[in-house]
Amino acid sequence: MGKHFFAALRRHLNTFLTLMLVGLLFLALRWANTRLDDFTLRILRTGAVYIVAAVSYNLINGITGQFSLGPNGFMALGGYVVALLMLPVPQKQFVWFLEPLIWPLNSFSFASTWYFFGLSLLLAGLMGAFGAFLVGIPSFRLRGDYLAIATFGFGEIIFVLANNLIPLTNGPLGMKGIPELASVYWCFGWAVIATLVVSNIANSSYGRAMKAVRDDEVAAEAMGVNVFQAKMLAFVVSGFFAGVAGGLLVPLITTISPTLFTFTMTFNLLIIIVLGGLGSITGSVITAFSFAIASEVLRAVESPMNIGPIHIPGIAGMRMVVFSALLVLLMIFYRRGIFGQFELSWDWIRSLLTKAAGEEVRKKWTRGKTSS
Amino acid sequence: MDTGKNIVLKLEHLTIKFGGLIAVNDFCLEIEKGELVGLIGPNGAGKTTVFNIVTGQYEPTSGTVLLEGRDITGWRPHLIAASGIARTFQNVRLFTGMSVLDNVLVSQHLRLRSPFLSAALHLPDYAREERHVRAKAMDLLERLELTPFAKELAGNLPYGQQRRLEIARALSTNPKLLLLDEPAAGMNPEETTRLMRFICRIRDEFSLTIFLIEHDMRLVMGICERIRVIDYGISIAEGVPDEIRRDSRVIAAYLGEGGE
Repeated sequence: MGKHFFAALRRHLNTFLTLMLVGLLFLALRWANTRLDDFTLRILRTGAVYIVAAVSYNLINGITGQFSLGPNGFMALGGYVVALLMLPVPQKQFVWFLEPLIWPLNSFSFASTWYFFGLSLLLAGLMGAFGAFLVGIPSFRLRGDYLAIATFGFGEIIFVLANNLIPLTNGPLGMKGIPELASVYWCFGWAVIATLVVSNIANSSYGRAMKAVRDDEVAAEAMGVNVFQAKMLAFVVSGFFAGVAGGLLVPLITTISPTLFTFTMTFNLLIIIVLGGLGSITGSVITAFSFAIASEVLRAVESPMNIGPIHIPGIAGMRMVVFSALLVLLMIFYRRGIFGQFELSWDWIRSLLTKAAGEEVRKKWTRGKTSS
Repeated sequence: MDTGKNIVLKLEHLTIKFGGLIAVNDFCLEIEKGELVGLIGPNGAGKTTVFNIVTGQYEPTSGTVLLEGRDITGWRPHLIAASGIARTFQNVRLFTGMSVLDNVLVSQHLRLRSPFLSAALHLPDYAREERHVRAKAMDLLERLELTPFAKELAGNLPYGQQRRLEIARALSTNPKLLLLDEPAAGMNPEETTRLMRFICRIRDEFSLTIFLIEHDMRLVMGICERIRVIDYGISIAEGVPDEIRRDSRVIAAYLGEGGE
């Protein structure tokens, strides 16, 4: 039996290693959850949500090569779904004081339990996927950059609707008092799911079809790839996870309003995936998390400071200047992003280890030779 | 239907107009199983346009394309690829950002049976299929002597190997009919000789029917069993290499009408 176990272990080594890593992450989260203060935890959770959004955005922009500007729209859809489902009924009556909320949402809410929250996140994802499906059908019938225009328009439409459909969204006032359900487990759980699913897709036959579409659409079609289907799958999956990311962000900050999902959100995600390297999932994960942390750390540049005799008053928005400058520098020196198209994988680590081991053996060998 | 003869590709009265320009005019051709047929003509004669119609890139204004008796006119390119026609391109069009192995694997996608969800979740049925197609692709690379480059990015290969990989990628779709668009373009005489042997070898090994466009007369005259010549979209001659070499209309088309 032991033999069988080890045979299976060797065959599925990468899966076992991944599971172990996820286990370790879980332990680290448990530690963080009890030891770290709320402020730090909040940054970590935001980082995890950015991972979900960035990784899924990379699937359509980096891996399939279709320039979408839509994640803010899909995130807004997901965010409003979760907000409307999870906001308790008394709070709803309190928030909609100008016009009443439409039926049946005014008389019903999910209880704040983990399974209802999980369900509402799935619905948020499906809503994002449905949005992507609607935008994708007309856009992918055309070849070229129509997707960028269509998705940009979609985001703006959602923004206008959120501002004006007061009986559904409460307009510019938005909602507050949404239960803070997005714990570290939820955020990092979805970050792990999004990363694993997207990298599985990228490394599968479907992912190869998507990359083929990115590299040469005409050749891909001639080799039997259904180009429309490949783009559509990537876009809908991307929309799904964007919806989930929006659904996680809202119960993290406990409020929602149309300004949360403006084009700035898409712009931030674009910075993340370009900095990380278009098409590199590893790059997206690391840069997304670093971006969330850097956004907090760089708050320092927005406060008033004294550099020698010069006094600089606090300038709101200085952080974005720093990010933009970083982006410009990167485009000059590392045009393909920090990670290019590199992917961290178990096989890569193993090849590195065997190389190192080989080096060790060679050293021993030459030392033995010289000493004898 | 023809009996006794085994027609793989039959083109009936193909015509395509781009605005006022008639790029291909009333083009008819039959290719038998196992044949190696060449299509030649001066630049701009409409040779690649014929290929683009056969592979579904263009829809003809009129006429039909029959593959083994089945009408495939106007089908989407990926469906035509699935039904058994593969091609290479005049200027190499590889998936340059992907490895050599992945380039060949893309062509296996049309035969994939696992649903999207089992690929996304890497379920056992997908994992089994993936192992199977990888073994098949490695086998193909081995037969075409590309194994040493398997993990290399396609865009980093030397030109000759890129051309070879493009043929490997086409073969990976498991075609009945292979269309080669100027396979010897940019090759020196020695490389061309090797290519000629290579084309004959893959025809036998993969039991293919081959239809090719080429400007290199040594290659066309050396390996094609039958040659069709077109000029300004119109067929002007057809025959075995020796007949074509002596045909006055062909000479005129290539060298211009005498006396000018």
